[in-house]
Amino acid sequence: MQKHMRKLLTIVAEAALESHLVRDLDQLGAKGYTISDARGKGRHGVRSSAWDASSNIRIEVVCEPDLADVIAGHLQAHYYDDYAMITYLTDVAVLRPDKF
Amino acid sequence: MIALDPVIMFFLLGLVAGLLRSELRLPTAVYELVSMLLLLAIGLKGGVELAKQPLSYLLPQVFAVLALGLALPLLAYPVLRHVGRLMRADAASIAAHYGSVSVGTYAVAAAWFTTQQISFEAHMPLLLAVMEIPAILVGIVLARGLRGQLRVRNTAHEVFLGKGIVLLIGGLLIGWAAGPEGVVSIKPLFFDLFKGILALFLLEMGLITATQFGSLRQHGVFLVLFGIGMPLVSSVIGTWLGWTLGLSIGGTAILATLAASASYIAVPAAMRISVPEANPTLSLAASLGVTFPFNILLGIPVYYACAVWAHAVLGT
Repeated sequence: MQKHMRKLLTIVAEAALESHLVRDLDQLGAKGYTISDARGKGRHGVRSSAWDASSNIRIEVVCEPDLADVIAGHLQAHYYDDYAMITYLTDVAVLRPDKF
Repeated sequence: MIALDPVIMFFLLGLVAGLLRSELRLPTAVYELVSMLLLLAIGLKGGVELAKQPLSYLLPQVFAVLALGLALPLLAYPVLRHVGRLMRADAASIAAHYGSVSVGTYAVAAAWFTTQQISFEAHMPLLLAVMEIPAILVGIVLARGLRGQLRVRNTAHEVFLGKGIVLLIGGLLIGWAAGPEGVVSIKPLFFDLFKGILALFLLEMGLITATQFGSLRQHGVFLVLFGIGMPLVSSVIGTWLGWTLGLSIGGTAILATLAASASYIAVPAAMRISVPEANPTLSLAASLGVTFPFNILLGIPVYYACAVWAHAVLGT
């Protein structure tokens, strides 16, 4: 079985940003993404997801390394200063390279 | 004594459980359902009454309340900026919270008035919906300046399509279109269960309020004083406006309560997108940690007494 290497870009951010992040991802050319609710703790304190203002989401995007860099750079430039957000990149293997 | 009302006891239960770090937690989906039911119930109730009122009677009140929503943040901003020495964005954001309204506070007031058999104009939910919006726009202008880049589409989307406004206006329209006979079939869920739903909502609000106390300790005395002083001042303006508009004593007290309440759903969401540099911890600590509990525990009876006094002194 042949495997192909791609990047997994994981974004954890305030739920308030969801519609904006999704729009950015579409515009930057991501072919797909997965969003889940998340909670945890960081520099902005405990994000308990008890209600809207303390909710987090986790967005996962599997894509070409170049695009992952573009997206990460865009997020850093536009959101890092003012919002609770982290991003990280991981190497992943996929079976259907044309999908990502 | 308002604290004897069982719904208030649910709030206190949540507050104490939160402060003692109990495991208690309303599932997110339940909290969302409960707040949706509250908004729809309030909207429906108001909508049914709207059908009975002529537009010429309602319009002056709508415009007066719009003006109130514009004026309150302009009053709060200089105090926050110069007395509180807050950054411009923070002052603007908190000012917007205090110009807008809290549906939870309105629900508690409406429930309390009903228990005390104090009548008030039933179209108050319309004024509640109208007063949610203008302060948000004032807050954005205060933070950005008039010439600043206003991302109009984003802002309009946040302001008019936030779930609170959609449900409140939607409920009003459904109630208005269906009329008193039409809503009979959905009455058991929305009207009969109202206080039970409110109790669950307040339980969660108590838990959320408890989480704000930590940030209050960090940000100090000014926010506490502002969180109590501002609603008192706003309620006096609301009382005066209610009397001027010729509302009943109950209606005047409800308008005073609306003026005194501070938003914690619509405004935080809009500010987060439109004024991202404002620290949401500050505004929520003030509106949820101080003003919301103050209003529902002490404020509402005080505003009612104030309305009674105003109508006695100024004449009805």
